[in-house]
Amino acid sequence: MAEIRNFTLNFGPQHPAAHGVLRLVLEMDGEVIVRADPHIGLLHRGTEKLAEYKTFIQSVPYMDRLDYVSMMCNEHAYCMAIEKLLGIDVPLRAQYIRVMFDEITRILNHLMWIGAHALDIGAMTVFLYAFREREDLMDCYEAVSGARMHAAYYRPGGVYRDLPDSMPQYEFSKIKNARELAKLNENRQGSLLDFIEDFTNRFPTCVDEYETLLTDNRIWKQRTVGIGVVTPERALALGFSGPMVRGSGIAWDLRKKQPYEVYDRMDFDIPVGVNGDCYDRYLVRIEEMRQSNRIIKQCIQWLRANQGPVITDNHKVAPPKRVDMKSNMEELIHHFKLFTEGMHVPEGEAYSAVEHPKGEFGIYLVSDGANKPYRLKIRAPGYAHLAAMDEMAKGHMLADVVAIIGTQDIVFGEIDR
Amino acid sequence: MLKNFFKTFLLVELLKGMALTGRHFFQRKITVQYPDERTPYSPRFRGLHAQRRYPNGEERCIACKLCEAVCPAMAISIESEKRDDGSRRTTRYEIDLTKCIFCGFCEESCPVDAIVETHIYEYHGEKRGDLYYTKPMLLAVGDKYEAEIAKAREADAKYR
Repeated sequence: MAEIRNFTLNFGPQHPAAHGVLRLVLEMDGEVIVRADPHIGLLHRGTEKLAEYKTFIQSVPYMDRLDYVSMMCNEHAYCMAIEKLLGIDVPLRAQYIRVMFDEITRILNHLMWIGAHALDIGAMTVFLYAFREREDLMDCYEAVSGARMHAAYYRPGGVYRDLPDSMPQYEFSKIKNARELAKLNENRQGSLLDFIEDFTNRFPTCVDEYETLLTDNRIWKQRTVGIGVVTPERALALGFSGPMVRGSGIAWDLRKKQPYEVYDRMDFDIPVGVNGDCYDRYLVRIEEMRQSNRIIKQCIQWLRANQGPVITDNHKVAPPKRVDMKSNMEELIHHFKLFTEGMHVPEGEAYSAVEHPKGEFGIYLVSDGANKPYRLKIRAPGYAHLAAMDEMAKGHMLADVVAIIGTQDIVFGEIDR
Repeated sequence: MLKNFFKTFLLVELLKGMALTGRHFFQRKITVQYPDERTPYSPRFRGLHAQRRYPNGEERCIACKLCEAVCPAMAISIESEKRDDGSRRTTRYEIDLTKCIFCGFCEESCPVDAIVETHIYEYHGEKRGDLYYTKPMLLAVGDKYEAEIAKAREADAKYR
């Protein structure tokens, strides 16, 4: 009798469904996965080591580039770690702005996820609809920070600038006539908060649209129900967090369990799944978008009613206002010291974690009292999830691997860092 | 039970999805016809760098090298010398745009608003060296777009 050997298949790194640069070596028995072996490191940029050679503030833009679809959440964890070591307070308004932009980021991330996940499984339309909404949120990012993605907006001690009072508008062109232009600019007449509020009013209908296309769809269900089942016990043992652990039925959410910033003042629910399969995780993320929308609304209400500083007035940590810097010698010295030498963070170590759209994103920071971190360790949720790839994919068909990669919401910026 | 049977049999949920896409087919398109029309950009936008001048034509940069020090990607290199009239100016001011990560720290740190990140996002280089911006190139960008640059700075001044 002829000897039958398993077939080894390379999946990625150039595969469009590999979400970046994942290389999976699959051992196949026919079309069934016997072993899935993720090979990582193709996007390694050495962020942790780079941070050791940069002052604290210089590393902020590099945090954006970790998980490059949820930029501000990465910055948030990093800034919180520094604030913990410094022992400084963040102004309340800055905390609300941070919470609001964390939730905008969560929606951004989940929209990217739903588009990519559905596209991988074969539903093209959702991708286009999700990107339509993403565009509005990108405009919010740009309005506050000046960049559509890599914002560098959160700073140790607060956020860089206050929310703008006006939104940029579409300008006259030969394509659109005055009436069309007025319609385009309709929601851009007021402040950024008005623009975001308009979005939050529209957004639930948009989520309904995605659900109409997917939730009951028999093809979607055939591809996701019962695929990649993780029991609650295994989810805990594998170190899952975020929607991955909630999909298995464990109500674990750092926003509730160890509230940071002003999450304890927010009214929202944690959705949990029942079966722990791809379909439940899909439902969890859809509901999370609705809950994020709720949190954003509460933030808008508070931010409208309350003004105040958005960054600490401790000028050893945050630069002084420009007017003060130009008219006051002491502030000018602060300005120069801060941008050349940077701040000195007291000796010690701190771990700060945020509920990142993908799970628990943590920064472990060790400082020896210098103006640079002694060591920075990034705890990326995707890394633990990807490590479970073998367990989740075993026994499934080749096409289900794509669904599992999608449901894990893998982004290589944070895994390879 | 019977309801479920009909639901399955009549492809209700698929038709609902198709009705949704059908509705969108007749709706107004959100496409932006790019070269002819553009999406709005905020006054905080961080694009191509420029060096500015004072209204009397004197360049603003005083070679304090704060931007060089703060640049996380080490994309800026500066050399300076005392000019004949005794003021300190740069003899070399270069930004390697292939290194730059467009974080905006140079603009934030500049005490005289000399180096700015403008709203320009359409520029290119055919060779790698073309993206190595020297002082005359940066000043040329600043001279060309000074009106827009000044307008954007003014709009954002109260927040900084």
